Amino acid sequence: MLLELTGITKKYGDFFANKKIDFSLEENEIHAIVGENGAGKTTLMRMLYGMETPTEGSISVRGIKHKINNPNEAIKLGIGMVHQHFMLFPSFTIAENIVFHHEPKKGILYNRKKAEEEVAILAKKYGMNIDPSQLISDAPVGVQQRVEILKVLYQGADIIILDEPTAVLTPLEVKDLLISLRNLSKQGKSIILITHKLNEVMQVTDRVTVLRDGQVTGSLKTKETDTGHLSKLMVGRELAKKEKTEVKVGASILSIEHLNIIENSSKKKLLEDINFQVKAGEIVGIAGVSGNGQSELIAAITGLLQVNEGSIHLADIDITNLSVRQIREAGLAHIPEDRYLWGSAKTASVEDNLMMTEYRKKAFQKNGILHTNVIRKFAKETINKFSIKTTSQEESAQNLSGGNLQKLIAAREIQQNTPFLLAAEPTRGVDIGAMEFIHEQLLMKRNNGDGVLLISSELSEILSIADRVLVMFEGKIVGEFTQADVSDEKISLLMAGGKHEQG
Amino acid sequence: MESLFDLSLINSTLRMMAPLLLAGLGGAICARVGIFNVGLDGLMLMGAFLGIAANVLFENLILATLFAVIGTAIFSLILGYLIINLQANMIVVGIALNFLSIGITTFTLRTMFDVKGAYYDNEMAGLPVIHIPIIREIPIIGNIFSGQTPIVYLGILITILLFFFFRSTVLGSRYDAVGINLTAAKSQGIKVKAIQYQAIIISAVLCALGGVQLSLGQVTMFSENMTAGRGFIALVATMLGQSNPFGVFLSSGLFGFTEAISIRMQSMNIPTNFTLMLPYVITIVAMFIFKDKTQLNALKNNTGSTR
Repeated sequence: MLLELTGITKKYGDFFANKKIDFSLEENEIHAIVGENGAGKTTLMRMLYGMETPTEGSISVRGIKHKINNPNEAIKLGIGMVHQHFMLFPSFTIAENIVFHHEPKKGILYNRKKAEEEVAILAKKYGMNIDPSQLISDAPVGVQQRVEILKVLYQGADIIILDEPTAVLTPLEVKDLLISLRNLSKQGKSIILITHKLNEVMQVTDRVTVLRDGQVTGSLKTKETDTGHLSKLMVGRELAKKEKTEVKVGASILSIEHLNIIENSSKKKLLEDINFQVKAGEIVGIAGVSGNGQSELIAAITGLLQVNEGSIHLADIDITNLSVRQIREAGLAHIPEDRYLWGSAKTASVEDNLMMTEYRKKAFQKNGILHTNVIRKFAKETINKFSIKTTSQEESAQNLSGGNLQKLIAAREIQQNTPFLLAAEPTRGVDIGAMEFIHEQLLMKRNNGDGVLLISSELSEILSIADRVLVMFEGKIVGEFTQADVSDEKISLLMAGGKHEQG
Repeated sequence: MESLFDLSLINSTLRMMAPLLLAGLGGAICARVGIFNVGLDGLMLMGAFLGIAANVLFENLILATLFAVIGTAIFSLILGYLIINLQANMIVVGIALNFLSIGITTFTLRTMFDVKGAYYDNEMAGLPVIHIPIIREIPIIGNIFSGQTPIVYLGILITILLFFFFRSTVLGSRYDAVGINLTAAKSQGIKVKAIQYQAIIISAVLCALGGVQLSLGQVTMFSENMTAGRGFIALVATMLGQSNPFGVFLSSGLFGFTEAISIRMQSMNIPTNFTLMLPYVITIVAMFIFKDKTQLNALKNNTGSTR
């Protein structure tokens, strides 16, 4: 056995982050660790990588017990980690990033030429396509990820831990990554894949270990299981099958006509002749690889970006180029793309974050003085109703887990009871439980006869809840499907620009 | 009456810019490892004072300079501890250090030498002026470069060394890495705190040399708050020069030049109030012209807590 963790326990005060976890990894194996956010996956890997020390239990590599006190010791044992948030230096070249801390030297001088040569050889050996002299900040995310993996390989790792590697990738990049992982395992590397995307687990891994609340709830061969069983082990209950009731589609709520947005400096068309409607009682999904105009579309609808040509109507009001506040008052609720950048104020309290779109309403203020008691009661009710896990209402939003913060934002926007909701990436980086919950809320909104526009780079999300699907590519809408005739393949093809590609 | 522009103006520019250059390089090193060092002025003042005080005690210029350098380096550890270990706000700590420095030097000046305002002793020797043998013979260049204190030459040398350090050495690239992405450097097993302490200590040493040039090079005296905001001008030089040693050299050269001109203009019929204003006006104008966004970003990234 290459790696064996036995009886690993990690306690923070009275809280067990990990409880008596057994885990093993064989040579050439790809072993997935799945579980919801907060199940203890990352804690476990941080102990293996020497960033935390276990309260109890032992780690042995190639049959010998080791105490791993810091990342340097882990690297010496051949353990490397690719972090969820990339650890890169933007103004360094790819080669400089890869050889960092193990730079080839000439005396005290940095031998950059040799670094580039070594990196080129390494990349070739593992079949990863990169340009060593390119600046990392100019490279797309998929390449940056490759660089992270190469960095670990350069340090001589045999055991590679990947922490949610696909969270930031486009579908095509995910495909590339999974192929690379297969290659690596063929060339003698062993891989631990932390994820909560079960279809990736099924595609690429040999074994799966499932964690829930810091404990192992199952360790299985991938061949002998399926996503249904795994998600049951993860969540601890059967996931409810989504029952979509038929809703009568009503009048148009959002209607966009001939919308054009042109970038100021380059005169490039960011959005080109966008036309569509969202009607009462339907969820319209916009699929597409991120960066194909979705962000601009969101910004145009919500009033964050100047519209050059065309019009946007919301519930019969022309909202083209109105201010954000006017648009919101016309009936928009908006779950923003990035929950930290746009969706919340990190250092403000949970209560204040819930109030952000409400505080002007008569119920909560009079002449600019807030009714604190009413607000407190309202926040308490919302937290209970949407089961947001927080220690208190005064807790600052940044201390909430990603899933809970997303629930908070969704709760805030859904409670607006507006006729139209724009939900952008509503479940990005959120675990299955929270995802199920948010989807239910969106469906409920639709069933109430409101219109929902769902913009997501997660195709499965769109396919499961949207009534109608539009596909965006390079700032244009390139296809429209109803739920009856939609399929994974058709959309994927359009998302990639309508060309056949060998992946 | 002497004319405003001649070769000796460049010579005095070199003399005037040396303190700014040294402190500016100190600021640049800190900026490269992600520390916005607002305490340059205080460190310089401390160096200037310790230089004079030690010269009185030891009557030896080398010992005096050494004493100033070591003393200021120890003093800078306060800055390091507060910023690096306690994660305090860099600007607040830097400004506090400046006031602390004014307080300590003024207090010690009064208790030690029993004078108010300024201390000087006609007998005291200042830094010697060196005439470099071969260079002084070359007609024009001799006039420009010769006849400076050793610290001026040291400043030029350090500029070149630092440029080389950041461009070509492994350690230099690690300094940069810490400044660009602290968390990433840490995750690769770099001892981030050690590097940041090194940078602060080096900047203190450079500031101290700048201070000694002020108190023992340009004049031979110490007056209360004698840096008169030069540390802040040096900070501007750091930002203007984009934390690149040659950039800092050029921008501190600009400020040194205006200072030299303002002194020259005093001998003409221009009110001193205006001439003394010149370096500061130029500094403000320079800030408007060259806005350096990277510096601001570094500031934004580093004032919050770093995990």
